[in-house]
Amino acid sequence: MLHDTVFRDAAVIAGKDLRLEWRSRVTTNQIAPFALLVLILFAFALDPDRGILARATAGLFWVAVLFSGLLALQRAFAIEAADGNRDGLRLSGLDPAGIFLGKAGAVALELLVLELVLGAGVVLMYGTTFRSWLLLVVTCVVATTGVAAAGSLYGVLAAGLRVRETLLPLLLLPILAPVLLGATRSFEAALAGAPSDGWPWVELLAAFAAIYVAFGVLAFGSLLEES
Amino acid sequence: MTNGGYVLAGYTIVFGTLIGYTVRILLRGRSLSKQLPPEDRRWM
Amino acid sequence: MIPEHTGSRATRIIGALTLAGFAVVLVLALVVSPPDQVQGDAARLIYLHVPVAIAMNLGFGLNALGSAMWLWKKSRWWDTLAVSAAEVGLVFTALTLVTGMIWGRPTWGVYWTWDARLTSFSLLFLMYLGYLVVRRLPADLEVRNRRSAFVALLSFVDVPIVYFSVTWWRSLHQSATISLNTTISGSMLFTLFVSMAVFVACFAWLLLHRFRVAWLEDEVETKGLDLAISERRAEALVVP
Repeated sequence: MLHDTVFRDAAVIAGKDLRLEWRSRVTTNQIAPFALLVLILFAFALDPDRGILARATAGLFWVAVLFSGLLALQRAFAIEAADGNRDGLRLSGLDPAGIFLGKAGAVALELLVLELVLGAGVVLMYGTTFRSWLLLVVTCVVATTGVAAAGSLYGVLAAGLRVRETLLPLLLLPILAPVLLGATRSFEAALAGAPSDGWPWVELLAAFAAIYVAFGVLAFGSLLEES
Repeated sequence: MTNGGYVLAGYTIVFGTLIGYTVRILLRGRSLSKQLPPEDRRWM
Repeated sequence: MIPEHTGSRATRIIGALTLAGFAVVLVLALVVSPPDQVQGDAARLIYLHVPVAIAMNLGFGLNALGSAMWLWKKSRWWDTLAVSAAEVGLVFTALTLVTGMIWGRPTWGVYWTWDARLTSFSLLFLMYLGYLVVRRLPADLEVRNRRSAFVALLSFVDVPIVYFSVTWWRSLHQSATISLNTTISGSMLFTLFVSMAVFVACFAWLLLHRFRVAWLEDEVETKGLDLAISERRAEALVVP
């Protein structure tokens, strides 16, 4: 059911979104600074001198990723809602599965940039040290795929609605709860625990990502139809 | 009865909620029925 | 004569059975069954907690079935089933959470613990709350039905992952959960089964009425405009 043009279509859409991002600089100039701000706010909320911050680093990192990721998702679908872009997308003749993969891919890339910024922030400001590079990187990639896939599905659902800013977090965050849980546990294993404890969580994250990517590839066309 | 208060609270909340929800549904059904001509008041 | 309510012979029979059943359950649960050796009388809350949890699962199962069938058949009947099952299921989820918390206080000493089931149910509650919010957004019926069917299925595929991850998380970090005593006496087991049956009947009764209400709501929605126009016309005719 996947045609060979799907990935070409995905590349077209992802290229368009990333070009838009590059020109408007919303991710780099607004969302990334917001993410760093969240890290500083956590330090105010949890006294850094008592070691709470160091122990909670993994969880704080992923909470910051989720909140700033929500902003990136809102942005990715707000640009489609304006000026009848959605109809343009539907009439473009691109494969809906390709549109989905392209949107999710662009969001995933933006999220990875955010994670890089946040990771640098955590290392510098929270003094984090870690044991397994590989586990960290794989966790980031797999968790981000899941967040971007599920996020794009809900993003397109909510895109045309007047209440999308408030509705998207309510719909998406309960769904992403297992990702937060799995990625945090996996990061904890990579930071201070035994890295081998982290890999089963990576498998869970991979299952989540696989389910929502498959869902998107199958159902995105139908989701795009409604207005 | 040990923990009588908790047991009482649990039973009161469950049956109270169910009664409240029932009343709400039944009243809503009645008011909706009145808004429709008899031939449309069917469900199937 | 067509009645101005959502009752029928079927609902009256189920309703009467449910009411009689609740009377039996109250007697069995509060008088006949003995207090538990470990939990004392707090165990009487289990006669509510487990049955409402079963009704909750029925609700979400039927919601997923209705949503999937709507996407396949595009028939109004399945959509109405999905939304009514979700709403009734949500009421039972709230009751599951509340009875679980009330039972937890005397048993564990706290209302809320990050118990795997309590945590998953609370996430489930929020997911289906979101579903009903989406459901109420103004839209064409077809758009609304498709949108809510997708929200329902997207939530439903997440349920096993949520449950699995939370269970795993708690089993790693919690040294020992207070285990329920596995030997459950005969009269307690009997009470539990009777209560389950009665709550399932109660669920069916609520679902039937809620289904009819949802059907009428859509009917009013589609016919409402025509009706309003014809009423205005009738008024215009009466006034000379």
